Parts: sequence; structure tokens; C-alpha cells
Amino acid sequence: MGYHWAASFPDAGTITMRAFGDRFIALVLALILSLILSLILSLGVLPALTTGACAGPYEDALARFTADNFDDTIEGINGVAASGNPLAATVIGALQEGRLLFSAQDKRVFIKDKSDRLIDAATGQPVVGDAPADISPVRLNNRLRGIVEAALGGLTLMAPDPGKRLEAAQAVLKSKDANALPALDQAIAKETEPKVKQALVEARAAVVLYLDSASDADKIDAIAVIRQRGDQDALALLGGLPGSASPAVKKAAADAIASIQNSLVIWTALQNAWYGLSLGSVLLLAAIGLAITFGVMGVINMAHGEMVMLGAYTTYVVQEVIRARNPALFDYSLAIAIPLAFLVAGLVGILIERGIIRFLYGRPLETLLATWGLSLILQQAVRTAFGPTNKDVGNPSWMSGSFDLGQITITYNRMWIIVFTLLIFVGLLALLRLTRLGLEMRAVTQNRAMAASMGIRTARIDALTFGLGSGIAGLAGVALSQIDNVSPNLGQGYIIDSFLVVVFGGVGNLWGTLVGAFTLGIANKFLEPFAGAVLGKIAILVLIILFIQKRPRGLFALKGRAVEA
Amino acid sequence: MIASLISRALDRGAIAFLVTLAVIGALVPVLNLAVPPSSPFYLSSYFVALFGKYLCFAILALAIDLIWGYCGILSLGHGAFFALGGYAMGMYLMRQIGTRGVYAHPILPDFMVFLNWPELPVYWYGFQHFPYAIFMVLLVPGVLAFVFGWFAFRSRVTGVYLSIITQALTFALMLGFFRNNFGFGGNNGLTDFKDILGFNVQAPLTRAALFITSMLMLMLGFLICRVIVSSKFGKVLVAIRDAEARTRFLGYRVEAYKLFVFTLSACMAGVAGALYVPQVGIINPSEFSPANSIEAVIWVAVGGRGTLTGAVLGAVLVNYGKTYFTSGVLASYWLFLLGGLFVLVTLLLPRGIVGTVHHWWNEWQARRQAKASEATQGAQAVPQASPRPAE
Repeated sequence: MGYHWAASFPDAGTITMRAFGDRFIALVLALILSLILSLILSLGVLPALTTGACAGPYEDALARFTADNFDDTIEGINGVAASGNPLAATVIGALQEGRLLFSAQDKRVFIKDKSDRLIDAATGQPVVGDAPADISPVRLNNRLRGIVEAALGGLTLMAPDPGKRLEAAQAVLKSKDANALPALDQAIAKETEPKVKQALVEARAAVVLYLDSASDADKIDAIAVIRQRGDQDALALLGGLPGSASPAVKKAAADAIASIQNSLVIWTALQNAWYGLSLGSVLLLAAIGLAITFGVMGVINMAHGEMVMLGAYTTYVVQEVIRARNPALFDYSLAIAIPLAFLVAGLVGILIERGIIRFLYGRPLETLLATWGLSLILQQAVRTAFGPTNKDVGNPSWMSGSFDLGQITITYNRMWIIVFTLLIFVGLLALLRLTRLGLEMRAVTQNRAMAASMGIRTARIDALTFGLGSGIAGLAGVALSQIDNVSPNLGQGYIIDSFLVVVFGGVGNLWGTLVGAFTLGIANKFLEPFAGAVLGKIAILVLIILFIQKRPRGLFALKGRAVEA
Repeated sequence: MIASLISRALDRGAIAFLVTLAVIGALVPVLNLAVPPSSPFYLSSYFVALFGKYLCFAILALAIDLIWGYCGILSLGHGAFFALGGYAMGMYLMRQIGTRGVYAHPILPDFMVFLNWPELPVYWYGFQHFPYAIFMVLLVPGVLAFVFGWFAFRSRVTGVYLSIITQALTFALMLGFFRNNFGFGGNNGLTDFKDILGFNVQAPLTRAALFITSMLMLMLGFLICRVIVSSKFGKVLVAIRDAEARTRFLGYRVEAYKLFVFTLSACMAGVAGALYVPQVGIINPSEFSPANSIEAVIWVAVGGRGTLTGAVLGAVLVNYGKTYFTSGVLASYWLFLLGGLFVLVTLLLPRGIVGTVHHWWNEWQARRQAKASEATQGAQAVPQASPRPAE
């Protein structure tokens, strides 16, 4: 085949031509195929890929705002709220305040911030360059405003601050808004703080309980959760169940209500006991100085209440000086006032003892009248000096506010007053038991003549004892200035009560005063819910009057010779 | 027997005092009604009512002096009995208003209509009758004092303990009467009276009649107290005041004596309150305040405890002082003065005005007698017993 080179050439040419034609067809086919493929891709797959990189339900929902149609806006709100995007709260907050703008042409949404800067709602970045020309606010009507509020409530469920989340959960618990359910579910899933999580679960239960579409089983589960909560809010939730609820749900609710009420009785009793302790500590504060002057010395000091008042006014003056000179010291005002009040009231007490009472020993009825006159003079003197109106004595920061213990609310000022009272009580006991002054006081009380014979200067001890009792009344004034009106009549309100405490507890016995004060305080607070504040007080007075008939010398009466001394 | 009791009670001093009271009782209405307003001797109706008020306080002071000055019971709650008597009279006066009230309800007083009470509470029944009201004026304070005293004296609550629980008693009553649902007008009390026994309470003639009645009651109260303290019963009271345990050991039933005199004293206080209300025109719960009761005690202390004339004098003097000071520029000094009075009287004048004068007089008499007998025989004069403060 090689000898005939020329003869073979046309053959080769023919073959080459044929091969070229085949390739061409393949190329065309490939082009057609790729065109079809690219068409398919451009219709479906490609757009999906590109939007997957920078858009999502948030951006989708955002686009709804550009429709300028209320129904679309609702979709937008719910979509944004459910998206979990960090910008969601900002967007809906802006919508509520009319600061959410949109451009129908560009299909973009903007937020106008406080300084009128435009921010792209999709990215959260400030808009560079000119804003679109057709920009206008997203419109709202009343129906939408409700939805906006609910959505905001749901969004704060995911706020970074746990306190805010707790607040939001409690708000949902009260509103029982069904729109918050998805947000709640999300929040519960994300929540790490146990306390907030508990609140969220309870809020969800409240929503489910009032959701018409929820199944009975779900509702009964919700009732169990609310039952765990066990407070007045829970009672209100269960009690307000609509009549359309199924019998099973109603029964579960009724059971839960009964159980909550049982536990509430205990909590109420505990709360009353706390109030009683608090009142008892106030009574003890007012009476403890009297337990010294009346109980130990046998002097009826009707001006005792005015010593308390002087202590309260000392606190007032200290705070005024601090406010004027150095407000930074305000939190220490009570620490400064305590020794000053003790000194002021104690010195006035010593003056009273030296000036009046020492002439009246052995004549208790005359002492009573003279000190009553003195109380009138002191009241009027304070009224003249400071005016008759109530004075504003502030709480230092560590004494304001409250905390919850179970279902009891405990205010800091009441708590510190109880602590303060007990400290004074213990201090006084220690002073009487352990110090030389206390020893001499007891000696003079028990046998004046013998004490004098042993070289104790009885007159000096009398003055110091009275000064001590008055000084403690001054301390009581510092504490009472925190919870009562500081006015010239401050002391009058306590004088009868404190005499009753001392008489009830037993004269001459500090422990009796302690028990008497707390018994009266707690009894008073337990009577109040049944009888009202005033009738409760009257009942206590009548009970004491009857009690004194039975035990004229009080709960802890002195026995033996001291009785008739 | 009664005649002999009274004749023993009326010594020269007592007769002189009663005559003085009678003269004032006659003179004041005459100067008010018969003397023309232009005359310098004319007394306006305002003064008649004011003096009438003092007389009511004087009766209250007598009641306190009877138990404190002669029996050593210091009640700091006598204002309660005074106010209860006043409320009984006030209820009668309220029922007399009838349809002339703001709401013109024939039966219910205005405040009950205002508070939507459907009908008159049972304890208001019968108060439209004057004799029933007077009966209640005596009964209510009397029964309260009897029950309270029975418990207190039986369990030997004495001295300051008694003072404190009487104070608690009046305090409890004050809190109660401040309440609207107590049925006594709450905060505002009873007021806006129109008639008493068919006469307008504001009319000068009615005021003069009320003044004369108060004076007669004061004289009657003085007489009763005088009879009691000058009788053997009164001597036992003084014995209880000065040495209670010793009197008990001598065989006297101390509780019974105290209870009788305490109840009588409460009834007197009730009468004083009943006369006070139509003359002042209002009764409200502040009359129960413990301060009022203590103030009444100081009237007695100023005049002289243990001297009946002193109690009357003290009540009039202190209240005149109060009117004088509280109506002028010195108003803010009144409490200083009153307080000072408490202190100074107990420290410097424990016998009170009348007691001190009495004491000086007795000393002067004794000295004169001693001088006279020294001149003749040199015999010793018997020193007069002077009332020593109890406790």
C-alpha cells in the first residue's frame, strides 16, 4: 500500500474530512447541552447557591416590609421576630417608633437611628452614599401595634441581660400572648440561667393554658408547671381559666388551686411572722430603754418617747450636714448618727435625772406627771426649732430595697433594724452582766442602802443608769427614723406601746421585755388579717389589760423580796 | 341619817365655797341676759358657754380628786368616762336633729346616711328620749368603770400599773371611736346639734340654763364628795391611800371601797361630759386621747389634790390659762407653760395651791396657839395633820 503514495493521499484526505465532521457535531451537541444545563442552573440551582451565602429567613422577612401592605408587614414582623437575628429587636423597635424606612424600588429596608443616620437593616452597616429617592416609613395601624408589642416582648426573651429576660418572661406570664409561643420555645432552648429558664417555662405554660388549639394533655402539663409556681399569680392564672375548657383540664386546675392555696396559707403565715418579728423589733427598740429606766430603776419616764424623737432628729441633722458638706458620706450617715444620738439623748437623760427625777424618787405618780410635762416641753421645743412638719430622713443605699425569700418579701431596712435591735439587746445584757458599771447598777437597784454602804456613789449610778436608758432610746430613734415619719410627735406613738411591752414582759427583766415585744408584735400581725389594723390593736390592748389582771407583774415576774421593794 | 351626814360634811369652808358657787351661778346668767350689751358688766353668750365648759371640767376634776386625792388611784383614763357621757348626750342631740339634717332623714343621723347605713344600729335605739339618754350618761361610764375596776382592784393592780392600763383603756377606746363602722360618726364625731328638750342649743336662754345646770351639778358633785370624804367611809379611803396593805389587814375590804369610789367617780365624769357636749357643740374621738386625761390630772395637782375646792379651782384656773394663751400670739408657748406647770407643781408645789395655803394657814394657827399657850401655860400645841402625798 506504500508504492502508490499518490493514489493513497486522496484516501487519507477523505478520512480526515470525515473525522472533523464528527468532532463538530459533538461540539454543537455539547454546546446545546451546556446551554440547557446552564438554563436549568440559572433557573434553580444557581440562585439557591448565591442567596444561601448572604440571605435567609431574616432577609426574606425584611423584604416583606417593602410591600407596603399591612398583611405583608405582619408576616415581616413575625418572620423577623422568629429569625433570631441579632438585629431583630432593633428592627422591630424602630418599627414601633416609626423609624423603619423602606425603598420599594431597591427592595431595601433601612433603620433611621437616633442621630438620623440611615442603617441598612439587612447588614446593620451605615448606608454609604445617597439614600434611595423613594424612601418612606413602614406604616402601622392599631392591629399591628399590638403585634409589634408582642413581638418585642418575645424578642426581649432573648436579650443578653438575664434580668431583662426574666422581666420579659414575667410579662408574658401576665399577658398570656399566644404570639410569644415560638419565641418562648426558642428562648427556653437557648436559656442557660436556671432561674430565667424556670420563668420562661412557666410563661410558656401560661400561654399554652390559654391557647385554644393546645391539646388537653398539654394543658394539664401546663397546669402542673403553674402549680409548681404556687403564688398569687399562679392562682390568678388557674382561676381565670375560660369556661370552654374541658372537664379534665378544669379538674386539674381546681386541684392545683386547692394545693396552691394550702401552701399559700403557710407562706402567708410565714410572711405574717416576719412582719410580726419586724414590729416586735420596733417595739423592743422603743421599750428596751424603758426596761432600764422603768424596769430596773422603777422610774416612770413619760418623756421616754421624746428621747426616741431626739435620736431621730439627731439622725436628721447629721444627714442634713452630710448633704450640705459631703454627700459622698451619705451611706455612713447612720454610723455617724448612732453614737451622736446616744450621746444627745443620754445627756438630756442625765440632765432630766439630775434636774427633776432625783427629787421624786419614791413618788412614782409624781414622777409620771413631771416627766409628762417634760415630754410636752421637749415636743414643743423641737416643734419650735425644726417646725411641725415631717422631716425627710433618707435610707442609705444598703438599707433600701428588698429581696425575696421563697414567697416572702424582706426589705433590707426592716432586716437591719431587727439585727440592730438584737445587737443592742445583747450589748445591754453584756453591759449589765460583765462591766463594773452594770454591777453597780444592779447593786443599787437591789439594795440602795447596802450599795451605798459598800462605797458605791448611788447618785452617780442613778444618773448614769437613767442616761443609759435614755441613750438607748436615742439609738431607737436612729432606727425608727428609717421607717417612720420624723416629726415632733414621733415618740408619742410609741410610749403607750412600750410601757405595755415592759409591763407585759415583767418589770425588771430584760428577757421579759424581749419576749413581750416579740409576742405582742407577732400577735398583732396575726390578728390584723382577721380584725383589721385598728381592731387588732384594740384587741391587743384589751388582751393586755386582761392579762395584767391575771398576772399583775407580767410574764416574767420577779419573785421574792424584790417584788415589794 | 342623811341630814346628819350632810351637816357633818358642811363645815364653814364648804358652806362658803357652795355659796360662792351659787352666787357665780346666779350672777353670770343675769349679767348675760338682763344687762344690756352696751353695759361694761355685760357678759356675751360666748363667755357663758366658756364658763359653762370650765364648770364641766371642774366636775371632772372633782371626780379625779375623789379617787386620786382621797384614795390614791391615779386614773389616766378618766377622759374616757367623760367622753362616754358626752357621746351618750351627743346621741340624744343627734336624734333631735330629725329632718333638719343635710340629708333630711327622719331617723338616721347624717353620717349614717352618708355611709349608706340601711337602718339605725340597735345601740342607738331609745336615744331620742331624754330620760333614757341621761340614764345612759350614768350607766355606760359606770358599768365600764365597774367592770374594769372589778378586774383591776381584785387582782391588786395598783399604782403606776393601774395608771398605765387606764391609759391603755382610753387609747383603745379612742382608736375604736375613730373608726367609721363603730357607729359614732368616726373622725368627725357628733356635731351640728339643733335642739335640747325642744330649745335651740345656740339660744342665749338655753346657754344660760345649761350654765346654771352645770353649776348645780358641780355643787351637787361637791356635796356628794364632801359627804363621802367627811364620813367614816372617807376616812377608810384615806387609810387605803396612805397604807393599803395595813388597811386590808385591819379587816377592810379594800377592793370594795375602791370599786365603789371608782365607779362613782366615773359616773360624775360622765355627767360632766354630758353637760360639756351641748355647750361646746361637738364631741369627737380626740376627747379620748390619753393627753386629755393626763391634763385633767394636772388641774387637780395645781389646785391641790385631796382638797375638793382645790380641784375645782385648779380646773378653772388652768383652763382659763389655756384659753388665754392659746387664743393669742402666745399660742406656741402654751405647751411650754403647761409642761412647765406639770414639772413645777410636782417639784415645788406638791400640795397644790389650796393645799399650800391650807398648810400655811394651819402652821400660822399652830404657831399663834403655841405662842398664846406659852404665854398662859406653856402647854404644847398639837401640830395639825397635813395631807401627805400618797405613795
